[in-house]
Amino acid sequence: MSLTGTMGLVRPYGDTTGDGRVQLSFTLPVPFGDETQRARAEGAALQLAAKMGLDPAMVVHAKGMGPDFTFFIVYGRVSHIVDLSAVTVTEREFPVLPAAEVNLRIRSALGRKLVVVGACIGTDAHTVGIDAILNVKGHAGEKGLEYYREIRVVNMGSQVGVADLVARAAAEHADAVLVSQVVTQRDAHLSNTREMSAAFGPRRPLLVVGGPRFDPSAAHDLGVDKIFGRGTTPGEVASYLVHALAPQVPGESGGMESPPKKGGGRTA
Amino acid sequence: MLTGGYPDLRTLAVDAATGLVKFRLPAGHEGDGARDAAARSVRKGISRIDAQRAERDRMLAATSNPPMPWIYLIVATGDIYEDIPQAQAAAREGADVIAVIRSTGQSLLDYVPEGATREGYAGTYATQENFRLMRAALDDVSRELGRYVRLTNYASGLCMPEIASLAGLERLDMMLNDCMYGIIFRDINPVRTFIDQRFSRQVHARAGIVINTGEDNYLTTADAVDAAHTVVVSQLLNEYFGREAGLADAQLGLGHAFEINPELPDSFLLELAHAQLVRELFPDAPLKYMPPTKHMTGNVFAGYLLDAFFNLCGVMTDQSILLIGMMTEGIHTPFLSDRDLALENVRYVRRAAGRLGQEFRPEPDGFVAQRARQVLGEAVDLLGTIGSQGLLNAIAEGTFGVTKRPADGGRGLDGVVERAEGYYNPASDVLEAPQLEVEQ
Repeated sequence: MSLTGTMGLVRPYGDTTGDGRVQLSFTLPVPFGDETQRARAEGAALQLAAKMGLDPAMVVHAKGMGPDFTFFIVYGRVSHIVDLSAVTVTEREFPVLPAAEVNLRIRSALGRKLVVVGACIGTDAHTVGIDAILNVKGHAGEKGLEYYREIRVVNMGSQVGVADLVARAAAEHADAVLVSQVVTQRDAHLSNTREMSAAFGPRRPLLVVGGPRFDPSAAHDLGVDKIFGRGTTPGEVASYLVHALAPQVPGESGGMESPPKKGGGRTA
Repeated sequence: MLTGGYPDLRTLAVDAATGLVKFRLPAGHEGDGARDAAARSVRKGISRIDAQRAERDRMLAATSNPPMPWIYLIVATGDIYEDIPQAQAAAREGADVIAVIRSTGQSLLDYVPEGATREGYAGTYATQENFRLMRAALDDVSRELGRYVRLTNYASGLCMPEIASLAGLERLDMMLNDCMYGIIFRDINPVRTFIDQRFSRQVHARAGIVINTGEDNYLTTADAVDAAHTVVVSQLLNEYFGREAGLADAQLGLGHAFEINPELPDSFLLELAHAQLVRELFPDAPLKYMPPTKHMTGNVFAGYLLDAFFNLCGVMTDQSILLIGMMTEGIHTPFLSDRDLALENVRYVRRAAGRLGQEFRPEPDGFVAQRARQVLGEAVDLLGTIGSQGLLNAIAEGTFGVTKRPADGGRGLDGVVERAEGYYNPASDVLEAPQLEVEQ
């Protein structure tokens, strides 16, 4: 049987097709002092590698870190086979549009500016994510939402209370609320998001959250419409907003479409 | 406190919190008594700050003062009792400065928590007891290593003056303290910030604490090439306000950062130009240089290389305090091994290229020199604009960062009041008096 992919079956590639070679690094809480300890430490690393499916495995680097820890770099061969036909991906359910088209869609569907209120909620002070999406400056070479002529952005900044966010969204007649969460200690990002979606109640704007540690498929669980993960660009967010709020359906009046209820998003 | 017969402020505070106390302004004879009592207790605190400063000098003499650049490492577990062994391990591996990152959001608390804390979000609360515990642990490891390991925390946010005082009382050695960071990045009222930064710096000056300013923040929110001159302007403002509050040049840890997009051609030359410019503008300041964060992509191998270039730029341009970059920046709080590898990186660069800056000079009219002149020119222009507008107006117009911060907006405005007739601040009286006895 070939493992070159014709059957949809592959193995990691080191320098030869199908060689299955991988590398990993880890630390064990074992000392790396005298010769006996060193031999024992390397043996411990090899045991872990074997249990992880590396056979054969080779410790190429071991270094004591203080009296109690050892750091290892291990190369080995995995016997596991990847079945490409069994890989599932969540496809992006909307096309990414150029800024001009985003503006055009908003103009024709809404006949006014689309209003976006953004914030970092809870104790989270990391505005890097929300600023990358909202600020004119943008991210990864794409201008932020403030750059779009037909989008009005209200950036509330960091450590915004949920009640303040709800009130401001109502006062600004927000079409969409963007919330960024970076801090994940004790799952703060999840509890903050649930608290936020609950606070908005049923007649709410489109709720979008983003952050590096969210599971993009958990939108429904968290009571929001969309989750964006690491590496999301402003253009993707803008395109999603028009997909959800300014649909290109000839003859449809009003322009407000009920937000999609299904989760899912770009593959992280 | 006098008329109620309270032994100390804490007992009074407890009763006040339960509503048992009625406050009124003392006048006449009572007023004099209150002034005396306040002055006495402030003098007691300042004597302790002076004693701690002398203790630092004793510790430095008994151990040793590490050569610059000092290697600055962060711990941030949220639990002071986890932070302590991590900090000690980092010191043993070569860290000269330990910074305990504060819990997210502490800057917006208008009070300082009390006691040892084991719960924090992305950091550990700054409390007097946490300061004391960590300083004691670092004293132990300093004696063990024969090298004084410095401790850093954050005098910023709404409790800038309070935390500065605690730092002085518990012998912290460096404090993050910026004249405008709270305004721009935390939306704290500008007037309040300028008042608070002044007092906190007077305390730092007295305590012999080195401040670290936060110019790196301008480069993480704006493009590091376009915004290079805003760093210089902010450094000049921080220097001005710092000196005005009594800080010596050796206490001005002006900040900047290595945040230029590595995809840009000549990015390393641009970094060298910026770093060398700052070095030459502030020859006597212990400059704090911060590693790449914005362009750390998750490719840890590329990140390790970028950190090595940061270290190289730092040693070539003679930066004083190097915050050590983590190849896993933005992925997780550093693993033990991330920190170990980061230290291996900087040790190699220092060993291999520590004297490189003495051997190579930029071409007088070459790319690096021209870029430095351009940034300085833009900084002078911006200072001119600020000068004609007034600083508060410039901040309100969004000159710094992309945010507009009007003087009558922001958090903590309700704490700003005009000085009344008979205003008395015993701490300012002591701190602003000529203080020959603490000089050397």
